[in-house]
Amino acid sequence: MTSVGIERFGGYLPAFRLDRGLIAESWGRGSLGGERTVANNDEDAVTMAVEAGRNALGDMDKGKVEGLFFATTSPVYKEKMNAALLGAALDLRREIATLDFAHSLRSGTGALKAALDAVGAGSMQTVLVTAADCRLGYPRSDQEQAFGDGAAALLVGPEAGAARFEGAFQVSHEMMDVWRNPEDAFVRTWESRFILGEGFMKHVAEAVEGLLKRMDLTADRVARLILPAPDLRTHKRVVKRLGFNPETQVSDPLISRVGHCGAAHPLLMLAAALDTAAPGDLLLLAAYGDGTDALLFRAGEKVRERTPRRTLEDFLEQKIMLPSYARFLSYKGIVETVPGEPFRLIPSATVTWRDRNSILRCHGSKCRDCGTLAFPVQRVCYTCNAKDRFDEVRIAEMEGEVFTFTRDNLAGRSDDPVVVQTVAEFGTEKVRFYGMMTDCVPSEIRVGTPVGLTFRRIYEGAGMHNYFWKCRPLRIGGGEV
Amino acid sequence: MGSIKDEVAIIGMGCTQFGERWDKGTEDLAVEAAWEAFEDAGIEKDLIEACYLSTVMSPIIGVGGTIAADSLKLRNIPVIRNENWCTSGHIALLEACMAVASGAFDMVLAIGVEKLKDTGYPGLGTGRGMHPVYEARRTSPGSFALIAQRYFTQYGLSEEEGKETLAKIEVKNHDNGSLCPKAHFHNRITIEQVMKAPIIAWPLGLFDCCGNSDGAACAIITTAKRAKDFRKDPIYLKGFGISADAGLPHFRPDFGWASFEALVTSSHKAYEMAGIKNPREELDLAEVHDCFSITELLIYEDFGFSPRGRAREDVDSGFFTRQGGLPVNIDGGLKCFGHPIGASGLRMTYEVYKQLQGKADLPERQIPDARLGLAHTFGGPPQISAVAIFSNELG
Repeated sequence: MTSVGIERFGGYLPAFRLDRGLIAESWGRGSLGGERTVANNDEDAVTMAVEAGRNALGDMDKGKVEGLFFATTSPVYKEKMNAALLGAALDLRREIATLDFAHSLRSGTGALKAALDAVGAGSMQTVLVTAADCRLGYPRSDQEQAFGDGAAALLVGPEAGAARFEGAFQVSHEMMDVWRNPEDAFVRTWESRFILGEGFMKHVAEAVEGLLKRMDLTADRVARLILPAPDLRTHKRVVKRLGFNPETQVSDPLISRVGHCGAAHPLLMLAAALDTAAPGDLLLLAAYGDGTDALLFRAGEKVRERTPRRTLEDFLEQKIMLPSYARFLSYKGIVETVPGEPFRLIPSATVTWRDRNSILRCHGSKCRDCGTLAFPVQRVCYTCNAKDRFDEVRIAEMEGEVFTFTRDNLAGRSDDPVVVQTVAEFGTEKVRFYGMMTDCVPSEIRVGTPVGLTFRRIYEGAGMHNYFWKCRPLRIGGGEV
Repeated sequence: MGSIKDEVAIIGMGCTQFGERWDKGTEDLAVEAAWEAFEDAGIEKDLIEACYLSTVMSPIIGVGGTIAADSLKLRNIPVIRNENWCTSGHIALLEACMAVASGAFDMVLAIGVEKLKDTGYPGLGTGRGMHPVYEARRTSPGSFALIAQRYFTQYGLSEEEGKETLAKIEVKNHDNGSLCPKAHFHNRITIEQVMKAPIIAWPLGLFDCCGNSDGAACAIITTAKRAKDFRKDPIYLKGFGISADAGLPHFRPDFGWASFEALVTSSHKAYEMAGIKNPREELDLAEVHDCFSITELLIYEDFGFSPRGRAREDVDSGFFTRQGGLPVNIDGGLKCFGHPIGASGLRMTYEVYKQLQGKADLPERQIPDARLGLAHTFGGPPQISAVAIFSNELG
């Protein structure tokens, strides 16, 4: 088999955090401790995957990407290719294979394994694997506290500069332990002693031990055990049972500061492990969900060179605390707040389709005659009036500054009434962009605040989600909304 | 450029009480304004040969000319609806003037009517944009607040200083509105009240934003030659200018946000047609588009009333008050009348018309010997401006 593995990688965590104490206090229960990530009310699995994908791809030539896989248990559409939307927002070329992997906490590792196999078999050269999830536990449940929202992306290819794929061991096992019926908003579980004992513990152990045996390795040879677990206690128990040293060999399960991010969690933990891995390190990833996928990687020579634009530590550091559990409930759509002013724009599938290069791909037009760069694409140049003489330029990766803004109390959602309307200038050509500011503490925005662009939902209507780009401060942190 | 200076005249006008007219519908408002105009002109409705209707939302959308035809029982004449954001009323009026000047019609009705209080919400709120994506959640206060923020930045005003300047404009407009019976609001306010009011879109607070009202206004236009057959004091159109800037300002490359080309060019085209060299000195009054306090401040500069960047000094000295060198919004403006969009341009013209005739409803608000007056609206994201200048004299 030719060499195959991970060339680039990147995680994504939403800016908002909820102190688990606030959830516990609301229900008169104990707190699991720490905080969990909470997707903003304009984020979903696709938008988070877009961010992770951009983080992983960095400044590489995206024309190389031949496949795009997306894994989640919280797809934004039940019928419709989520990966197609993702591919447009990432501005990948159209001649690629796209596929959604869904329905299982193993869909992330499943997508990764499928990509490794496809590249290994030579059917594709480079595949971007993305995973994102924002699952809901029942209000008052342990899962409500334990879950988090997040995403990760790995670029799989033959160069394998970051990590070479060594081998896998997979076990499939049918049991009703953790599930959601099609109409369910919240994750259902059976009695925890049963599901942990007969499900998680048994199958993780079987797969990890099976992989070590297959690769003719012992536990002590593994530099890093990457083992997503439903909670910290279970994580400790399974590490001990497998005979790994919790002090030196085991990756942070990202429960206390993030929460379990569903199908994305194994890939997020793998990306975090690669952030700090040394060349030659053996990394063993085991993901549970109706069985277990265990995958072994060896960190490559370039693991240190090809650091993603933002590491997991960067994301952990840049956060905004949600002020209340009530805000969490409304962001998640669990409670509906008093209706605000009716929103009177009528979304149109045809408009979004026609203008997809600007709306989804974030393309502006650069005049071939005078060089003026404008967004969205303009057929007639603002400056020299040349007609249909332009090249499309993606502006999403440019950085810029707020030119003017307002904190508009009339524009927002009823639970989140303030919209920071923003006019910003991006890049050296100072292309103008107008839109909403997201992931910010509104009172901290100033003329001149450095901003980037991020792909978000803008409003719901006509039974569709409607997506566009928004400004986002380059530096987030400290404040409370 | 051509000119229709002194070619057409207004011979009758009507204006409803503005406000929350819960018990009156769109059609009632149209009837109220039109019959006042018929009586004022001393003509029968049957003399009307064409109608230019301005309405933006009433009752919701897509009404064509039927509001005017149905309510006024206009039969077998053209009813041409104009919808051009906040300038709709002025553009309907100016279309009517051009129709008469062209010789196509001798007697034309221009009517603006808007029933905002049937919509169920209090503000000029979200979703008014034309594009379902690029203008999502764009609001009127939000767009004008972008101007205020930039104006403050460009001229180095602290938020406190900027807000206080804007507050003085609103205190003036409320003082004027307190004397105007047809206005929606009659309360006098203080700078402190303005500064402490709830924020709508920072830095604009409640008193920086015009109200939401119902109302209608109406004008009857004929040729300047025939005008005196109907009344001894017709009001003549001296000049006009209409400009639309290209593109949503929000995306326009290099746009500065502290001045609008549409404001500069529409006013200067009107001055040129009217033969005005120095508007600050020559105009006796101006009704300008104070949808938000910042808009009025910007207009002072873009219209050449104040030097660029120095409107604040004129605000401080009271130059635009009733007793000042150039009274602006002497009826209280959009601030006190509210802004029933399609009606506003005609309502402002009504005030200019009455002032030039020396027939202000209360003597204490009559400007002595007013000869030349300007009315103006500014609309859209914003990007469209319409200016009309009137006089009580020919020549």
